[in-house]
Amino acid sequence: MMRADNLFKTFNPGTPLENPVLRGLSLTIESGQFVTVIGSNGAGKSTFLNAISGDISPDSGSLFIDGQDVTRQTAWQRAGLVARVFQDPLAGTCEGLSIEENLALAMQRGQGRGLSRAVKASYREQFRAKLATLQLGLENRLGDRMGLLSGGQRQAVSLLMASLQPSRLLLLDEHTAALDPKTAAFVLQLTDRIVSENQLTALMVTHSMRQALDHGHRTVMLHQGRVVLDVSGEERSRMDVPDLLAMFEQTRGEKLDDDALLLG
Amino acid sequence: MSLISLMGALEIGLIFALVALGVLISFRLLNFPDLTADGSFPLGGAVAAVLIAGGHDPWLACGLAAIAGAAAGWLTAWLNVRLGILQLLASILVMIALYSINLRIMGAPNIALIGLPTVFTPFVSTVNDNAWLIQPAVLAVIVVLAKLLLDAFFASEAGLALRATGANPRMARAQGISTDRMTLAGMALSNALIALAGALYVQTQGGADISMGIGTIVVGLAAVIIGETLLPPRSLWLVTLATVLGALLYRLLIALALNADFIGLQAQDLNLITAVLVGLALVLPKIKAKLRNKQGGRTA
Repeated sequence: MMRADNLFKTFNPGTPLENPVLRGLSLTIESGQFVTVIGSNGAGKSTFLNAISGDISPDSGSLFIDGQDVTRQTAWQRAGLVARVFQDPLAGTCEGLSIEENLALAMQRGQGRGLSRAVKASYREQFRAKLATLQLGLENRLGDRMGLLSGGQRQAVSLLMASLQPSRLLLLDEHTAALDPKTAAFVLQLTDRIVSENQLTALMVTHSMRQALDHGHRTVMLHQGRVVLDVSGEERSRMDVPDLLAMFEQTRGEKLDDDALLLG
Repeated sequence: MSLISLMGALEIGLIFALVALGVLISFRLLNFPDLTADGSFPLGGAVAAVLIAGGHDPWLACGLAAIAGAAAGWLTAWLNVRLGILQLLASILVMIALYSINLRIMGAPNIALIGLPTVFTPFVSTVNDNAWLIQPAVLAVIVVLAKLLLDAFFASEAGLALRATGANPRMARAQGISTDRMTLAGMALSNALIALAGALYVQTQGGADISMGIGTIVVGLAAVIIGETLLPPRSLWLVTLATVLGALLYRLLIALALNADFIGLQAQDLNLITAVLVGLALVLPKIKAKLRNKQGGRTA
C-alpha cells in the first residue's frame, strides 16, 4: 500500500525560474493494484515518481509505504520497499559490470552488504532460470558486460532485477519510451507478466493514453501537480482514448494540446 | 643498464604499484579524481619514519601509516560528500593541509633511518650485501598479497557495491547502497594503500623527506593508464594485474631512458619523461584503433 498526502514541491523557489511542480498531490494505491499515470509535459509525473523513490524530497506533505512514513528517508534507505525501472535503459544497470554482477547487486537490494562473495553459485542457477524466461538467450551470457546488450535487452534485465527481491511498490518511469515500438511492446508484455506473477503493487508513468488504458487496473491523470482524473473498474474498461480526452477537457475546462499524448 | 639498477627500478616500481592500485580505486572505480595522494604518500612516510626512529616495530609503523592515510582519504571524501566541495578541490585542500601536518609529525624536513631496523632487516644478510635482491622480493610479496586481497574484496557484496557507486550512483542508490558511505570507505582504502607505499618507500630509501610526495599522483595515474593499454579490462583481476604491471613497466622505462647515455637525459628530466610517457600511453590506443579500422576497411 502506498499513500501520498498533499505533496508540494517547488523547484528554484524565490528565483525567476520558480517552478511549482507538485501542488497538493494526493494518491492512495492499494496493495496489488497496478496504476498507470498519464499527464502532459510538466504535469509532475516524473517529480512525483522521484519523490516516491526518494531522489527528491518534497517541500511538504507526507508519504507512506506499507504504513511506514518514508517522507524523510533517502533513496537508498527506502530501496527495500521500492523497486524501480528508469526511462533511460542505461540508467538502471551498470554497463561496466557483468550481467550476473548487476543481478547480484539487485539480489541484495535493501539488505546489508558484507564481505561474502557477491555472485554465489546458488545465485547463478536462479539467474539462469530467470533470464531464460525472457527468451533472449541471455541465460548463456551471465559473464558478458552489460554494455554489450541492446537497450531493449537492458530494460528487460532491469525489470527482472526489480523483481528479484520482494518490494512493496514497483515504479516504472516511462520505461518503454526510449525503445522502438516492437521492443517497447515486448517490454510492456514482460511488465504485465512480472507484475501479475508477483502480484506487485505498481505505478507506471507513460506518455501514451493507449498504454495507460491497456495496462493495469486503474488510470490516473496528473495536471499542474495534482490528480485531476482517476478511473478504474467498469468505467475504465469501457473507455477509449477519445473518452479519456473528453473527460480531461471536461474536468479542466480547457483543450488539451499536447501532441505526444494524443498521438501515443 | 646493470642488474643492480634494474632491481632498483623494480623496487620503486613495486612501491608505486601500491600507489597505482590506490589511484585505480579513486580515479577508475569510484570515479573520484583525487589528488590527496601527493599528501597521503608522504604522510605514510612521515608516520612510519617517526615511529621507526622512535624504536617501534616497523610493521606496526606500516600499519599505523596506512591508518593515517585512510583518515586523509576519508577526510577528502567527507569534504565532498558532506560539505559538497568539488572532488578535485576537496583533495587539493587536504593535500595542502597535509604538507603542514607532515612537517608537524616529522618535526623536521627530514628524518634519517640509516642503520635502524626496517621490515626488510630480518631478511637481509649481515655478511654479504643482498639488500638489492631482498628488498624487491619482500615488496613483491606485499604487492601480490595486496592485489589478491583487493581482487577478493571487489568480488564481495561490499566491493561490488563500491564499484556500482562509481559506475552508476543513481542505480546504486536504487539498489539500497549508500553511495556516500561507499565513497568514504573507498577513498579511505585508496589512500591507506598509498600511505602504506609511502611507509615502505622511506624504509627502502633510508629516510623520509618532506618533499617526497611531489608528483605521486602523476606517477600513479601513469601506471594505471599504461596498464590499461597493456591488458584488456575483461575482468577486475586483469585490471589490477595490468595496474601492477603498468607501474613496473613505467619505472623500467624511466630507468632505461635515464641510463641510455646516448639520449643525454639526466635525473632532472624525470618529470619531462613522465609527461611524455603518459602522453604516449594516452594516444597509443587511439592510434592502434585507427590502424585496425583502416585494415578492416581494406579487407572488407
